Amino acid sequence: MNAESPKMNTVGRPSAPELAVETTSFKSLLGGRGLLQSEKLIFEKDDYSRTGVDFADIEIDAADLDGLLRDDLSLPGLTEPEAMRHYVRLSQKNHAIDLALYPLGSCTMKHNPRLNEKMARLPGLGDIHPLQPVSTVQGALALIDSLSHWLKTLTGMPAVAVTPKAGAHGELCGLLAIKAAHEAKGQGHRRTVLVPTSAHGTNPATAAFVGYTVKEVAQTADGRVDVADLASKLGPDVAAIMVTNPNTCGLFERDVVEIARLTHEAGAYFYCDGANFNAIVGRVRPGDLGVDAMHINLHKTFSTPHGGGGPGAGPVVLSEALAPYAPKPWVVAGGAGFQMLEHDEASSSANFGRMCAFHGQMGMFIRALTYMLSHGADGLKQVAEDAVLNANYIKASLQDVMSVPFPDGPCMHEALFDDRWLEGTDVTTLDFAKAMIDEGFHPMTMYFPLVVHGAMLIEPTETESKDELDGFIAVLCALAGAAKAGDVARFKGAPYLAPAKRLDETRAARAPRLSYS
Amino acid sequence: MKFTKDHEWVEITGNEAFVGITAYAAEALGDVVFVEIPDVGKTLKKGDSFAVVESVKAASDVYAPVSGEVIEANTDLSGAPETINAVPEAGGWIAKIKLSDVSELDALMDRAAYEDYLSTL
Repeated sequence: MNAESPKMNTVGRPSAPELAVETTSFKSLLGGRGLLQSEKLIFEKDDYSRTGVDFADIEIDAADLDGLLRDDLSLPGLTEPEAMRHYVRLSQKNHAIDLALYPLGSCTMKHNPRLNEKMARLPGLGDIHPLQPVSTVQGALALIDSLSHWLKTLTGMPAVAVTPKAGAHGELCGLLAIKAAHEAKGQGHRRTVLVPTSAHGTNPATAAFVGYTVKEVAQTADGRVDVADLASKLGPDVAAIMVTNPNTCGLFERDVVEIARLTHEAGAYFYCDGANFNAIVGRVRPGDLGVDAMHINLHKTFSTPHGGGGPGAGPVVLSEALAPYAPKPWVVAGGAGFQMLEHDEASSSANFGRMCAFHGQMGMFIRALTYMLSHGADGLKQVAEDAVLNANYIKASLQDVMSVPFPDGPCMHEALFDDRWLEGTDVTTLDFAKAMIDEGFHPMTMYFPLVVHGAMLIEPTETESKDELDGFIAVLCALAGAAKAGDVARFKGAPYLAPAKRLDETRAARAPRLSYS
Repeated sequence: MKFTKDHEWVEITGNEAFVGITAYAAEALGDVVFVEIPDVGKTLKKGDSFAVVESVKAASDVYAPVSGEVIEANTDLSGAPETINAVPEAGGWIAKIKLSDVSELDALMDRAAYEDYLSTL
């Protein structure tokens, strides 16, 4: 090759760029972006004449449908490649745990091991139907039984209801069991549920949904439940307390045993929000702390996909006192193999009913059990340890750059920052989070917990290597430097490089368009 | 006008009072996007949650600064919740309450005391 003209090869094709164009000012003609086409809504592609499936004509007696037969359904018509491309393109505009560290605090966006997926696709598990004869799904029932066994073992609790389909659904299950237990004891007059100020919003929402009145319990200056305030609010009207441990400030409730004792002494039950169980799994058994009911987010602690990637699953472990009220159905092992107990007459239980039509999120059960068994006891213990280690590495690396509301002692699985360090910069927590998108990272959880001003809650999870964490920390340090140096435009206009720009959240909330028309 | 530590204001005429949230509260909440106003005729005990103000950031209960009966609610807020941000201590009133115990007003702060309280936050 001629060193004098390195740009030219033998067919006359330029192999290096000849013209530098400022990428920020460059715009494509019709909205495409570097091999990504501008994507319309699926209904804007509507053409009923196109279809990816060739249905056989079916004969329907319109009379049987009582006038419901209609041919004006507004369904999009797409060919198979169009449908495929539409969703792949949308996925390219989105962020995913498979693309980068996903620091959304309290959400535990950890890697979803591919072994889980392999197991979930085994034909004997992936291709079965809830209405199949029980004799043909013995393996699936054995799997539910095995998962139940390990959930009870890990939590030190005697019973588990596996059917709830998400964390908040689990909260509902726990509170319905508590309500049923109180009513059975003639304590139905207990109408109050105590919730700390730092609670997940779902806790008071669930209590209100069940018909309870919510009272807040104050927080101490070091971010824990104020035990004196709790004691003053416990009384004959209190049905339960709902406490998250580790709490949403990323701190272990060190008075949790005393909280349980006081709660039980007042005749109330202790509901633990287990959303953060991944920080203590294998190290602490909630049953030993005095917990009466706790949901376990299989999609957090046990690595099943969530946040758009799959459904949640929130089995609830129950204490001896609440076990009789567990919802049906449940799996029992008998001489003739496993059975699914579906009906009241099948047992003497005082169950409060059922949470869902079938047996829960089978696909998630398979993945969660795979995760447990592939990690083993030592592996699960290390999950908790590494989750805590990674969060503390973040906290230690950033505490001199950003400000920490509860600096004393280590945090658990998530590091909480506030916005005092942004004072005087004209950059808000929201601006800072949006600028992270331009740097390739999903924002952390913002403005939660509510007890901390301008909160930024970072949960790296245990699945990030030191290299990944260092890359993330470098980005936050660089952005913090830019904010303090007065580079306000970088933040106020962010994100500049995302497919969608900054949204008008106020307008979206005041004048929402809830359907496409 | 009198104030509470929960950032509600009360404007009293005789034994009736307009109530709303203070400018400080409106500023702290940010852009208000929805207000759940109380039903007329509802009886309130001081400290009861009687309305909900929802902003982009959070939904917050509004507590009755005094006991009494709701005799009017500001229905304009359903169509124009931004009034709470624009004029929190005037047109952004939430309800008019007929007081059942006028002496409760004694426990509330005047503006100077409320501003002193704000400076401690």
